Parts: sequence; structure tokens; C-alpha cells
Amino acid sequence: MKTGLYGFLFAMWGLIIIGGGIMVVLLGPFSIQQYGNFHWIITSGIKVTIALVLVVIWILILSKLKNYIFKKELKF
Amino acid sequence: MIELIIPAIISCILAFSVVYFTTPPLIKILVKKNYTVKDMNKKEDVMVARPGGISIIFAIIVSEIVLYGFFQLNEILALIITTTAAFLIGYVDDRKVMGGWFKPATLAIAALPIIFLGAYDSDLTFPLFGDVQIPLLYLGLIIFMIPITGNTINSIDVLNGVASGFMVIASFTLSICLFILQNYEIAIVSLPLGFVSLAFYKYHKIPSKIFPGDSGALTFGAMYGVIAIIGGVEIIAAIALLPAVINSFLFLSSVKRVVEHRQIKGKPVEHTDDFKLKATNEKTAPVTLVRLILAGSPLTEKQVGFVIFKLAIFSGILAIITAFMMGVSL
Repeated sequence: MKTGLYGFLFAMWGLIIIGGGIMVVLLGPFSIQQYGNFHWIITSGIKVTIALVLVVIWILILSKLKNYIFKKELKF
Repeated sequence: MIELIIPAIISCILAFSVVYFTTPPLIKILVKKNYTVKDMNKKEDVMVARPGGISIIFAIIVSEIVLYGFFQLNEILALIITTTAAFLIGYVDDRKVMGGWFKPATLAIAALPIIFLGAYDSDLTFPLFGDVQIPLLYLGLIIFMIPITGNTINSIDVLNGVASGFMVIASFTLSICLFILQNYEIAIVSLPLGFVSLAFYKYHKIPSKIFPGDSGALTFGAMYGVIAIIGGVEIIAAIALLPAVINSFLFLSSVKRVVEHRQIKGKPVEHTDDFKLKATNEKTAPVTLVRLILAGSPLTEKQVGFVIFKLAIFSGILAIITAFMMGVSL
């Protein structure tokens, strides 16, 4: 069990690093200029949506990982 | 450098000694006023004083005001206001049982001074990949961060000494990371949290003489969240907090809603005849970090606490590695 917990922690860390990389690569250069003064609101709105989608994917992966690592222990 | 060392030493001594010397009289006052709760993990009927958050917030305010005298940073003001607000929210919950949404909603409001005082940088820094500019998203992050860190620390406050001991490890890790990143002023601002937690641990460790209560746990968590924001180390802070994050994640993914612990019907943990802790098989009970630790075999309260501390140290090492990775770019 303890090894599983350390493995889960390590996996979460890896997911944070990879997720961060995707955030920077996807969201970093993203910009819309053709909407005058409102371009930053639209850009931010799209960035928020992408970030939320990434968070949902992150949680789903984590749930699958949790079930995989703790499948023996999670009988309750 | 001397202009940084002197405030650091003074604030750390103040943070530690205020908790160290005010907690014993606070325990006496709380016991006299009958502000005690039963320690559920003891065989005998042991009543423990609560909330210890009063001495914790007092020490934080005193040490941070001294630091403000030296540095005059808006970041310190934001930290004092948000942390005090978190304490008051916790204190209300200590005195009167509030609904599941009370703490997250009010803690979100408590985060607003960080925005109004402009004590943040909207760039989110990731290891290896660099910065991403997210001005609007970052405002949301600030509002979410304080309830998350506050409630995460609160949710791990289930055994004697765990919340304060965990905070000692996590907050000193965060301070080390801030020093690695050469953010010296915020590193010094963060140090009192570690020293306050350390002094409080003396009275909170098994067998507890005082519990921090929601006021203490939310104070710890909120201050940790504010440091993460004003120091620009949100990702590192999340990594150092991972064992507690796992606890919240397991709880929420099994319960599937935001709910107070006391509203949960199934018991995740029970006691053996020799009063060790043991995971239950109840389907309705939430999955928690303690329940997972106990899934292998029953353990004493002290043993479970040490497993959590070892996990916190492991996360701390990962956080420090991450801090070093911040300087590397792919």
C-alpha cells in the first residue's frame, strides 16, 4: 500500500509537469487580435475554456490511475 | 543581505515564541470555559481544548506586522488580511456548525484582498516549459486557490499532530523553494508559517493538548495559499501539498459532492480492540488517505501520522526538485 501511495504521488507530480507543458505550449502563444479592445477578454475566455478542459482530463486520468494503483485495496 | 537577515530572525523568533508561550494559557482558558471536544481516537474519555487557531493567528499577525515594518510590501498586507479572514471563517465554523458550502464560498471572498492590493503576478510559471500569461484565468485561480488550500489542510486535520506536523514540512519546503528561486523577500515572509506550525506542533502532537480547530487549519491553509500566490510558486506549492491534495481528491471522488465531514454517514475508519485504527469495509464511507494507509493492516494513530509525514517529506523533495527545474528550459 505504501509503495502504491508513493507511486501515486510520483504519478501526480509527472502529470503536473506534463500538464504544465501542455498549458504553456497550447495557451502560451494563443492570441486573438481582430476584435479591437475586447481581444484580451476573448483570448482569456478561450484560455479559460482550454484550461478547464485540461483540468477535467487531468482529473479523469488521475481517477483511472487511482483505480489502477489501488485496485486491490479499494474493495470498500 | 543583512537587511534581510535581521527581519527574518526577528519574525521567526516572534512567530515561534508567541505560539509557544500563549498556547498553554489559551488551553487553560478554553478548558475553564468548557471549550473542549472528545478525542475520538483515545480509549479513555479524553477531552481536548479547541480551537488553537487563536494563538496561531496572533503569532502570524505579530510576526507579519514586524515584517511589514521592514519591507512595506502590499503582499504582506494581503497575507495578513486574507489569513485573518480565513481564521474568522474557521472560528465561526468552530462555534457553530455551518453547511458544506460555507467555508469554500467565504474563503473565496477572503481571497479578494490579494486581487485588490495587486499582490500577484498573472504569469503562471511551469518547470521546464516556462511562463504562461493568463490574466483573467489567474484571477479565478486566486479565488479558487485559498478555499482549496484552506479546506485541504482542514481535511487532513484528522489525527493528533497531523495538520501542524504536515504544515511544518510543507511550509519549510515552500520557503526553501522560494530561496532556491531567489525570491528572498517572500521567502522571509513565508518563514513565520513554518515556525508557527512547529511551535503549535509541540502541543498538538500525540497526545494532543489542543486541537487547531477549523480556525487553525484554515489559517494554516489560507496563509500557505497566499504565499504560493504572492511568491509565484503555485505549482511548487501544489506539489508540496500533494498528500493532502490526494486526501481531498479521494474524498471528493468517492463522495462526489462538496460536503462537511460531519455530514458523512459511513465511517471510513474504526478501532480494533487494542484501539488501533482500522479501515472499514463500509461502501457508503468516503475513501480517505488515512483509510488507504490502513487498508493493509491496522496501525496506531502515531504510526499513521508518521506515514503521512513520510509522504509529506517525499512530496517536499519532489517540490524542491521542481524548484531546481524552474531554472531549466527545454
